[in-house]
Amino acid sequence: MELRQKILAAVCGITLLLIILDLVRRRKLKEEYSWLWILAGVTILLIGLNYRWLVAITNFIGAGWTSATLFFFGILFLIALSLQFSVRISALENHVKNLAQQLAVAEVRRKEENSSKETE
Amino acid sequence: MKPCRWSNSGEVSAETIVIIPAYNEGQRVAALVSTLRTQLPEADIAVIDDGSSDDTADAALDSGAIVLRHPCNLGYGVALQTGYKYAALHQYQYLVQLDADGQHDPCYARTVLDVVRSGNYDVCLGSRFLEGTTYRIPWARRLGMILFRRVASFILGQTITDPTSGFQAMNRRVFEFFTRDIYPVDYPDTDVLVLLHRHTFKVAEVPVIMHEDISGRSMHSGLHPLYYLFKMTLAIPLNLIRREK
Repeated sequence: MELRQKILAAVCGITLLLIILDLVRRRKLKEEYSWLWILAGVTILLIGLNYRWLVAITNFIGAGWTSATLFFFGILFLIALSLQFSVRISALENHVKNLAQQLAVAEVRRKEENSSKETE
Repeated sequence: MKPCRWSNSGEVSAETIVIIPAYNEGQRVAALVSTLRTQLPEADIAVIDDGSSDDTADAALDSGAIVLRHPCNLGYGVALQTGYKYAALHQYQYLVQLDADGQHDPCYARTVLDVVRSGNYDVCLGSRFLEGTTYRIPWARRLGMILFRRVASFILGQTITDPTSGFQAMNRRVFEFFTRDIYPVDYPDTDVLVLLHRHTFKVAEVPVIMHEDISGRSMHSGLHPLYYLFKMTLAIPLNLIRREK
């Protein structure tokens, strides 16, 4: 791997890590959603600096080219991210449903209590 | 410090509130509330039912506690924050928190509270390790506790023996502070101490007795310890460099 490519990979990895850490620092990103991104940044950094690891992984999975390996794991990463969001959205949808229902019931009870007080 | 938007609405007669986050503790919560009434008769007691599927809320209501119900299970930290918000909304000056699973001995509630009431400290932690313990902890968890105990002690500049203790007392300034979104609701322990230190709150520790949880349930089971380790490793240094008022 050429030195320029190694430097580019290292810069990309470090930049991604710094961005993620800064987002967590500024509370724009919660820790529970940051671990996958941190893993991606560390992976980019390590693979960029150790090309022979990429070659070894490529041989292990039976891919023809190292670029195919990069695309493969990039797609896997996006799938994992999407799955994480889908699971979270499902839970949040349930929470919102329960909150809305509880609010609706509470509103009715409040009105019933008010009208029974007026009757007295 | 930013003004607390949860402050000052309802009037209450008690100066102190005890908050107990509870999830499926229908069999234990009533006895805990009763014991607390004898230990702190002057305090109000609030149970935060975190979406239990059993009769936790009914049992707590029958024992005379104030009950706050989550419509679904949101986690220990969220339940605690609900308690802080309730306390901040009313005129409470002191707050004691302990778990509903029977681990925290309520006989020590006054011990932690008196330290904060003295005015010398803002938060008091009940430590199961200060005077030695027979409390058995799995080795992996013990290793994590030792690590974060050293980290907390180093950052706070004082010996902290039980940074993960949920048995605490605090004054109004602290629980108002905890009503903000910066409060870490996923695993509020060592990183909370760092947060308190950064905002110049004074922390003390006193020895308490804690009992082992015989139910086998734990929020530290499965993959949670891995996430906990990751989260603390990230959150603690970031809390040291965050610029928040």
